[in-house]
Amino acid sequence: MIPGVDQQVWCVAALLGTTLLAIAANRSNKSTTVVYGATLVISLIAFARALSFLVAHAEATEMVLPIGLPWLGSHFRLDALAAFFLAVVNLGGAAASLYGLGYGSHESAPHRVLPFFPAFLAGMNLVVLADDAFTFLLCWEFMSLASWALVMAHHREADNARAGYVYLVMASFGTLALLLAFGLLSGAGVGYGFAAIRSAPHAPSEAALVLALMLLGAGSKAGLVPLHVWLPLAHPAAPSHVSALMSGVMTKVAIYGFIRVVFDLLGPPGWSAGIVVLVLGGATAVMGILYALMENDIKRLLAYSTIENVGVIFASLGLALAFQANGLGLAAALAFTAALFHVLNHSFFKSLLFFGAGAVLTSTGERDMEKLGGLIHRMPLTSFAFLVGCVAISALPPFNGFVSEWLVFQAVLRSPDLPQWGLKIMVPAVGALLALAAALAAACFVKAFGVTFLGRARSPVAAAAGEVDRCSLAAMYGLAALCFLAGILPGLVIDGLAPVAQAIIGHRMPVQANDPWLSIVPIAESRSSYNGLLVFVFITAAASLAVYFIHRFASRAIRRGPAWGCGFADPTPAAQYSGASFAQPIRRVFGTLIFQAREHVDMPSPGDPRPARLTVDMHDLVWERLYTPLTKAVWFFADRLNQLQFLTIRRYLSLVFATLVTLLLVLAIWS
Amino acid sequence: MPNLAFDIAHLLAGGLVLISFMMLYQDRLYALLNIFALHALVLALSVAWQAYVQNAPHLYVTAVIALVFKAIIIPVALHRIIKQLGIHRDIETAVGIGPTMLAGMGLVALSMVLMLRVTGAADPLAREDLAFALSVVLLGLLVMVTRRNAVSQVVGFMSLENGLVLAATGAKGMPLVVEISVAFSILIAFIVIGVFLFRIRERFDTVDIGALDEFRGERR
Repeated sequence: MIPGVDQQVWCVAALLGTTLLAIAANRSNKSTTVVYGATLVISLIAFARALSFLVAHAEATEMVLPIGLPWLGSHFRLDALAAFFLAVVNLGGAAASLYGLGYGSHESAPHRVLPFFPAFLAGMNLVVLADDAFTFLLCWEFMSLASWALVMAHHREADNARAGYVYLVMASFGTLALLLAFGLLSGAGVGYGFAAIRSAPHAPSEAALVLALMLLGAGSKAGLVPLHVWLPLAHPAAPSHVSALMSGVMTKVAIYGFIRVVFDLLGPPGWSAGIVVLVLGGATAVMGILYALMENDIKRLLAYSTIENVGVIFASLGLALAFQANGLGLAAALAFTAALFHVLNHSFFKSLLFFGAGAVLTSTGERDMEKLGGLIHRMPLTSFAFLVGCVAISALPPFNGFVSEWLVFQAVLRSPDLPQWGLKIMVPAVGALLALAAALAAACFVKAFGVTFLGRARSPVAAAAGEVDRCSLAAMYGLAALCFLAGILPGLVIDGLAPVAQAIIGHRMPVQANDPWLSIVPIAESRSSYNGLLVFVFITAAASLAVYFIHRFASRAIRRGPAWGCGFADPTPAAQYSGASFAQPIRRVFGTLIFQAREHVDMPSPGDPRPARLTVDMHDLVWERLYTPLTKAVWFFADRLNQLQFLTIRRYLSLVFATLVTLLLVLAIWS
Repeated sequence: MPNLAFDIAHLLAGGLVLISFMMLYQDRLYALLNIFALHALVLALSVAWQAYVQNAPHLYVTAVIALVFKAIIIPVALHRIIKQLGIHRDIETAVGIGPTMLAGMGLVALSMVLMLRVTGAADPLAREDLAFALSVVLLGLLVMVTRRNAVSQVVGFMSLENGLVLAATGAKGMPLVVEISVAFSILIAFIVIGVFLFRIRERFDTVDIGALDEFRGERR
């Protein structure tokens, strides 16, 4: 059977059917199992079909459904780019469903989650499949609303209502920007179909405007700084498997929208567009991870880290734009493949980490890292999976995060080939930013893992935690295995991405399958190559040897002794090295400027029994300099306009009359 | 003959504008209603003349509708309402008569300047008609805006509709359906506003819409 668009649409229909089923079976005991089981099976089928499409290098297929606008219908199309993102979406969906089978049984209000979960999956599938502007926007909005409903699942918890409100505002703003972008693209008489938009010529000024609008629209969904503010609020508010989907998958759908419009529909914009995307990506990466480092709520930390990864992906896409504008097809294909590889990787490890955070949340009820600690003894299996995710996201070999970031840097190193001086200077600068972000990410996840799982329990709930159920563990270990496999078999992934790069960029990276010993060679053997398997074997051998020698020559048994108490007789667990302590050096280096962090020490005078106190003031400048003035302005004008609600009938009539006369006057003077 | 046809159409449409001006300075309700009846009568004549000139028999229907409903039934009904409700018969104006008349002249000048320039390509009959029709519409709105009394606002509204009918019949080939729908819209508006008047009367013992504002606790 040739994989085609009709099968994907059937899968979507099945997901929507599951939504109806969930509504019908509201509050039934079995509904959790049935719904997540159904979404698991459907997502796996959709994933398999999308994967076989990529592997088979199949031709794009299209279909038109007679729903939607009467003269337009709904166009759907499955091509290589859509197939790749469908694979990402459905793999994430399958993992989240598997996790949900276990996690969902702890849900306090399943009837608020179950109907929207399959609808959310269906929405993301539909956005990727859509082949005309109207269907795309409709599905985009459907996806936003379904995820909003999931964010609001626990609407009585403090801050969740605000998170939902901010998310709704930002999502509407993003959709408005997309609406304007598609309005410009389909222009006068071009039509709404993507095929018509693709073949129509676009003037440079129009292309620049569309690019800016796409950066606003897709960027606000993906989390580009300074449009990221809703992510750290909304992602943690949702149930953990939904957080994983929103962070790991929905941001990718936004990136799909950006690629579809900017690379595919618009045709390659000039090299200056590349600089804009590149710089935004670099800044987003660094800002995101700095925010993450300052954060003590584990789910918020993960959401901020998503912003960093989105920055890396956008920077790589910017590189691809810059190379493509200069006709360096192979380098563009390299940067583009690196971006897509990172999309895939981030969906693996971010979902894994959110599942881990969800497991911690289930068993302790706590998201604040400063109240956790020592969980490696209570939840060894979860800890190991979380550790794998941390190592992968910190871009350490032999896991997958390293490969994609390495590919990004390989693309950065091609910058001397670029003719423009602006790019020649900017690309290495952004490369430095990305390197900084990667290093900070490693620090951030050392903090996340160390404070949460190591040390001693900081609260009774952490001390009483237990291991989570098997379904959750299976989902985590499945993703951990994928992180590992993608890390040691990167050639397979790169070859799998070749048709996408071929379709969008017009070039592809060299075939990796023929390289000996699973090496990958992005440009030429003489330049650089990487072998994940070799690194893995080396690490394993070196670590085993070290362990052997230590145990052979030092001591034979594991000894458990009291930790050194720093001279205090009975240190409380709260006196341990905490997340804030870990972040302090970095906060002192970067925070003074970026967060306006100020430390105040309140030292009691000798003889005064009250404790000394260190307070840190931090400011989120994006909120304070951008969003607060904006909200104030909106309130100001809303207050002024509010008076219009209380006029007399005659005044309303006078307003209408005055408007009419003014318009007529304008017409009389102008025409 | 074409010249005569044009002149008579011109005369009738101009008469309509003149009668709209007369509405502006009425300060008695009965007088206003009588003027409105005259307005509708001239409209009926104008439409009938258009029917004759354009050789379009269906316009006669429109003329009859205008004559029967607007010139007879609605003024008579409003007379009865005023009598039954015992409404104060002098009209409280929001703006003085003088400024209102000046504003009305400005509006007519505006619509002339605009319409004659915009419709340069149309035939002269339609051009004049459209210019006058726009004047009538604007003057009707002006009546609505400058009066505080609900009955005079109803009258202003219906004179505005008269302007629309004048515009619709001036253009050749407008199908009958449109005119019937216009007539019905006026009928419905009359019914709705009539009911509305009764309601206001029941509740506030006056049809001065200022009472509504006072009831909502606002200043004028």
